[in-house]
Amino acid sequence: MIEFTVNGKKHSVDVEPEMPLLWVLRDVLDVKGPKFGCGIAQCGACTVHLNGEPVRSCSVPVSTAAGQKVLTIEGLAQKGQLHPVQKAWIDNEVPQCGYCQSGQIMSAVALLARNPSPSDKDIDAAMTNICRCGTYARIRAAIHAAAKSPKSAKA
Amino acid sequence: MASAFRPSRRDFLKASTALGGGLALELALPALGADAKGPELTAWIVIRPNDEVLIRVARSEMGQGSSTGLPMLVAEELECDWRKVKIEFVSSAENLRRNRAWGSMATGGSQSIRASQEYLRKAGASAREMLIAAAAQRWKADASDCDAENGTIIHRPSGRKVRFGQVAQAASKLEPPVEVKLKDPKDWNLLGRSPRRLDIQDKVTGKPIFGIDVQLPGMVYAAIAQCPVFRGKLKDAPGEQLLGLRGLVKVVKLDDAVAVVADSWWRAQKMLKLLPIEWDPGANGAANTASIREFVRLGLEDSSIPVARNDGDVEAAFGRAAKVIEAEYFAPFLNHAPLEPMNCTALVKGDRVEVWAPTQNAEATHAAAADAAGVALENVEVHLTYLGGGFGRRGFQDYTRQAVAIAKAVEGRPVKLLWSREQDMQHDFYRPMTMMRFKGALDREGRLTGLRVRDASHSIMASVRPQEIKEGIDRHALGGIIDSPYGVPNFRVEFAMRNSHVPVGFMRTVFHSQNPFMRECFIDELARAAGKDPYEFRRPLLGGSPRDLGVLDAAARASGWGSPLPEGVHRGIALQDSHGSYAAAVFEVAVSESSQIDIRRVVVAVDPGHVVNPDCAEAQIQSCVAYGLSSVLWGEITLKDGRVEQSNFGDYRVMRIAEMPRRIDAVLVPSGGFWGGLGETPLAPLAPALCNAIFAATGKRVRTLPLKNQGFSVASFA
Repeated sequence: MIEFTVNGKKHSVDVEPEMPLLWVLRDVLDVKGPKFGCGIAQCGACTVHLNGEPVRSCSVPVSTAAGQKVLTIEGLAQKGQLHPVQKAWIDNEVPQCGYCQSGQIMSAVALLARNPSPSDKDIDAAMTNICRCGTYARIRAAIHAAAKSPKSAKA
Repeated sequence: MASAFRPSRRDFLKASTALGGGLALELALPALGADAKGPELTAWIVIRPNDEVLIRVARSEMGQGSSTGLPMLVAEELECDWRKVKIEFVSSAENLRRNRAWGSMATGGSQSIRASQEYLRKAGASAREMLIAAAAQRWKADASDCDAENGTIIHRPSGRKVRFGQVAQAASKLEPPVEVKLKDPKDWNLLGRSPRRLDIQDKVTGKPIFGIDVQLPGMVYAAIAQCPVFRGKLKDAPGEQLLGLRGLVKVVKLDDAVAVVADSWWRAQKMLKLLPIEWDPGANGAANTASIREFVRLGLEDSSIPVARNDGDVEAAFGRAAKVIEAEYFAPFLNHAPLEPMNCTALVKGDRVEVWAPTQNAEATHAAAADAAGVALENVEVHLTYLGGGFGRRGFQDYTRQAVAIAKAVEGRPVKLLWSREQDMQHDFYRPMTMMRFKGALDREGRLTGLRVRDASHSIMASVRPQEIKEGIDRHALGGIIDSPYGVPNFRVEFAMRNSHVPVGFMRTVFHSQNPFMRECFIDELARAAGKDPYEFRRPLLGGSPRDLGVLDAAARASGWGSPLPEGVHRGIALQDSHGSYAAAVFEVAVSESSQIDIRRVVVAVDPGHVVNPDCAEAQIQSCVAYGLSSVLWGEITLKDGRVEQSNFGDYRVMRIAEMPRRIDAVLVPSGGFWGGLGETPLAPLAPALCNAIFAATGKRVRTLPLKNQGFSVASFA
């Protein structure tokens, strides 16, 4: 049994230790926010936070998460209040198909947590998630907007 | 409409939200059925006593915004309160039962708005008239004294008011009016504005709205391997070798593929890799990119090549010409690569089939499911989910057929088939490989007097709608060529259909993603040879195409065409109409000595007739820039030993944020009087405008894509 916390809730799963965190989340724990896009840590659709750090959960064995804290898009909102990054995503009308956006948002939240006012270059370096709809201009605008929002520092 | 065996929607809801997040979770996936309670006013509209307006959407949402734009068309005429609008997707089974009350569900060719705007606006107007009539009856007043406004009906003489929800029940019992008058566009309140997308909340909170998110009680998971050589077959896959491995449910052999079904997708995929599979590659195991390219090129040498258009006498024009220019262009195969890999969930029970699919055409999915299961259409139910990108790929139903075939083999259990990225990369219906040879004649004044185009291309129609090919000519493949907007007195178009074993299909902007690259770059070559400015060279040729000229002028104006640029920065221009709309683009680039392209600015002007939602329109222009430039810069699918060499995003590079041009000016110039598409047209002029700018900067003419093969790279800002 491997035990870890997802969005503040403890879970215990009986799976192979090499099973990627993504598939434990999606198929065992039914946490569907993290998406499968490539399986090789290229696209970032599966991005979640492991102890606050963004990771590509398709390429992280669940054993790595044992005893650790996992945060997914489902756990971002607090007490029914969207996270400032989610709000900025809405204000800037970022999503198109929306499939990559869970991963994009998780990457952006992690970026802002360690760098509260990122430059364009910082955004380029941190936001390597693929969006096939090409929402990049709005992702950039939303990150800058969230950086200016007073609450984002608490992310 | 519920069939006896189906797991109820409530089960689905429970199962898929059991471990949601901190939010109050209302299952986001709108589907016709349990929610549809309340009086129906036309097939499109349900108004509940609490004034909530449910508008049905028959086209798929894949990011283009149709699940917002289509309800806006209804709401504009309905005069409802937009804040109370909710949507649900139409069920293909219900559409079948109701004699296609919702029309076509196909979502492609940028058709959603332009093909349904009239009946959607009429539905809204009809429902409004029914509500007014019901209110007038209640007041024993004259309907002509009543107006509808923002979800309320007002009796003008008395000032009395009633909300839609209060009269919807009575209104639903009235006959819809035979004829309704639609608003003049100048009176629109909602259309032309940008209310927030209706799907946005679900998409920033990670709701389980996509096909891949479907979760059903007792569901099992399938991973698939398809014959790596197209048209090949499965020879053997000894499933007994997997016996005893954890989670195995079944190995299912198909004609050209094998699937492993297990209790999780990861285990299914892992076991698939352990399975020793033997393929029969068939006749195409030796084909490679060079051999296919040569096969296509030979079409250009065909002495009996069919003639698709022949105005004047092009040979005579060449004879009289002061200058004759010739050039050959090439565009490779491309993969669609939507971020959500192909998937489909199916349940077969007796002669009943239920399917959950991210499909661009729920009716086609329905028919494919019935066919694959060998049951009547009436026995099938399709649940349309949101799509994690489509770009044309999800109009094809190969994955639906596979899911149903696998579900048949594990009858009674729902099975979710999910392709790996590698399967998705290597089993697409690719953008066709195309080549063209141009020959143009210029007179002494530098005017274009003759143009001959030889087009050798794969044909999509040859496999999709062969009846449209007449005397060897696929006019669809000649889009942008045979109907070129330029007035050239002597103009000849020839077409050699060259179909290799590689399956081809509709990919965003379809042939207008490569044909305009070739035509507009060649026009640029002619302009240079004539010693003219490429913008000024085009203008007099567009006398018969005022809308093309309109967007060309708009792009030139917005970009400040002709005005000085910083040192080393150069412009390129191109235009193309497609999908009922008109687009022109100007690129400003600097190219370093090491051939690194720095895209400083992209201007795209589009005339779609009417713009429903300007914010979504701008998003589609940005989207075309990212999607189109990914292809131009890096996109190519190559073959070796009959099989696709690329496997994932590592070797099929697509744009990331660091490479996205920093400045994109979306210039919307709707001229009214027609309805065009917006999801594809803006892509058409991008490749040639960029390549023409590269020529302006370097003197190097790009005639073969992608740019990476010509030594170019793109500046990323990181």
